[in-house]
Amino acid sequence: MKKLGNKLLGLLPKGRHAVIGVPFFWMLLFFLLPFAIIIKISFAEADIAIPPYTSLTEWADNQLTVLLNFGNYVLLSEDGLYLAAYLGSLKIAFFSTLLCLLVGYPMAYAIARSDKQMRPVWLLLVMMPTWTALLIRVYAWMGILSNNGLLNNTLMWLGIVNEPVQILNTNIAVYIGIVYAYLPFMVLPLYANLVKHDLSLLEAASDLGAKSITAFWKITLPLSKSGIIAGCMLVFIPVVGEFVIPELLGGPETLMIGKVLWQEFFNNRDWPVASSLAVIMLLLLIIPIVLFNRNQARELEGK
Amino acid sequence: MKKNKQTLLAVALGVAVSAAVQADQRVLNVYQWSDYVAPDTISNFEKQTGIKVIFDVYDSNEVLEAKLLSGRSGYDIVVPSNPFLAKQIKAGVYQKLDKSQLPQWDNLNKDLLRTLEVSDAGNQYSIPYMWGSIGIGYNVEKVKAALGGQEIDSWDVIFKPENIKKLHECGVAILDSPTEIIPTAMHYLGLPTDSENPEHIKQAEALLLSIRPYVTYFHSSKYISDLASGNICVAVGYSGDLYQSKSRAEEAKNKIKLAYKIPQEGAGTFFDMIAIPKDAKNVKEAHEFVNYLLAPQVMADLTNYLQFSNANDQATPLVDEVIRTDPGIYPPAELMGKLYTFADFSAKTQRLLTRSWTKIKSGK
Repeated sequence: MKKLGNKLLGLLPKGRHAVIGVPFFWMLLFFLLPFAIIIKISFAEADIAIPPYTSLTEWADNQLTVLLNFGNYVLLSEDGLYLAAYLGSLKIAFFSTLLCLLVGYPMAYAIARSDKQMRPVWLLLVMMPTWTALLIRVYAWMGILSNNGLLNNTLMWLGIVNEPVQILNTNIAVYIGIVYAYLPFMVLPLYANLVKHDLSLLEAASDLGAKSITAFWKITLPLSKSGIIAGCMLVFIPVVGEFVIPELLGGPETLMIGKVLWQEFFNNRDWPVASSLAVIMLLLLIIPIVLFNRNQARELEGK
Repeated sequence: MKKNKQTLLAVALGVAVSAAVQADQRVLNVYQWSDYVAPDTISNFEKQTGIKVIFDVYDSNEVLEAKLLSGRSGYDIVVPSNPFLAKQIKAGVYQKLDKSQLPQWDNLNKDLLRTLEVSDAGNQYSIPYMWGSIGIGYNVEKVKAALGGQEIDSWDVIFKPENIKKLHECGVAILDSPTEIIPTAMHYLGLPTDSENPEHIKQAEALLLSIRPYVTYFHSSKYISDLASGNICVAVGYSGDLYQSKSRAEEAKNKIKLAYKIPQEGAGTFFDMIAIPKDAKNVKEAHEFVNYLLAPQVMADLTNYLQFSNANDQATPLVDEVIRTDPGIYPPAELMGKLYTFADFSAKTQRLLTRSWTKIKSGK
């Protein structure tokens, strides 16, 4: 019995391979497999059935027929709406990332240069909001930004404006919501980078007569490049597919791919077209993801 | 998304509850719209029958449908609206009702049943639960001030740019629902509401685009609280929701007086239908539940609480007089003749409607 057990154990991959195998298996099961299913659905046709699309393969008379329908992709290229929605998402993601960087960099810098004992407290304050569900925080913003809300009432009370300013249900509200929600994802990688900087480099610069602002541009900023890239990717990639924030805070002029995908899936009952939209979105996102990975690899190699 | 989170939570709770139920206990899994039963509807049924009801909620037909079309929803009773029901029957989602187990079937209004045959031929798969109309809810004082004393009694208020322009200041909301609002516009234009002619859809689109600049937002539930709090003054929405808004304003005692009107040109109606999915496990219990909902007193209690109309003839005398005589809930015969049901559109037309709607909303 013991021998058999040992034999079976011998069949299992050993040491190194097992360790590497676990994450690969994880990716296979939870990323590649679902994605393969989505690709499969994107080549089907919508149907009134359970599930609501046709099957790709048919087995009859000992013949296997595979039917790939490219109609969904053709449809996406024919209507300007889809391109407009992709561009809308990319635009919102780009500017939100930029805003996150502008707000997040000084924050991360200040934390990294603050008293060592205070750093965990500041970091905790950055992360604390994420302990509450995103949905609740977005609803809180609805309360703040609405025409009868906190912000408008304060502005009117101060006499700055006479009529409420329409912020909720506009793109401005979407930017506020996204920058607020994704700021921690920008601050944390930046902090992790900035805190490792060797301050003696700055001292050397100062000894050589550089002003602190010059030292920042010539030393700190270039050194923090990988932190900036990591933060930007962590914000940009999820914002492209964001659905909740634009749905709740945005208005009718907010056209993003997440909403169009929802409409295809739910309003049009067209799972195949929704799947092809998702496939194309993933292809679009692969470019920044590859850049991100290359940068990470370089970082690990210490270059 | 909000919907999905709620549903997830509800499902999680449901699983936890069902695990606690003993093996020999009779159970019934109900999937129903949120806020769509009276406080004692379920508890009374449990008391009468000893069946344990596991109750989950959704708040859009689309969410329910996605679940049903994925197969194996795990529910014994669901309540889709009639155009959705029609599609789902075609997809083979439901089982036929066993009318021998429904002795109270005859309480249902025969005329309404006949109208409902558009979506369920022969009334084989479903019974009507509640029905309502899509009309205009408004803030009486503010609208009077904005329109110079004119009362709301026609769709002109919404569909004529010169009128809605005046209301824009105090806020106008319209349902975010292409399959209901585009037919409403077609009806106003005198076109058939079930038209699949792209030309007709274009005409309705043009009409809606002409009033688009004056619409504050399109949303299917936000108007309930916004109307009650005074954020907006007019909403094109579901009758029951607008009555709910009215009650909220009365409870808040904020001096906001709301009213609901079915315009004189008529309005679209929606029926929420009770049906049993094909893969339901507790079929007998499901029939007992359907039969329970056919009881006049149960239905009257529901109407009194929800302020939606029911389709049960025997229940009418048991309904509160205020509700029974309210033309917004029990329309007089003449107005009743001008009501219509929303069609079950083909996939092609559905796509046209959604596309049109995006253009109306975002201009793209």
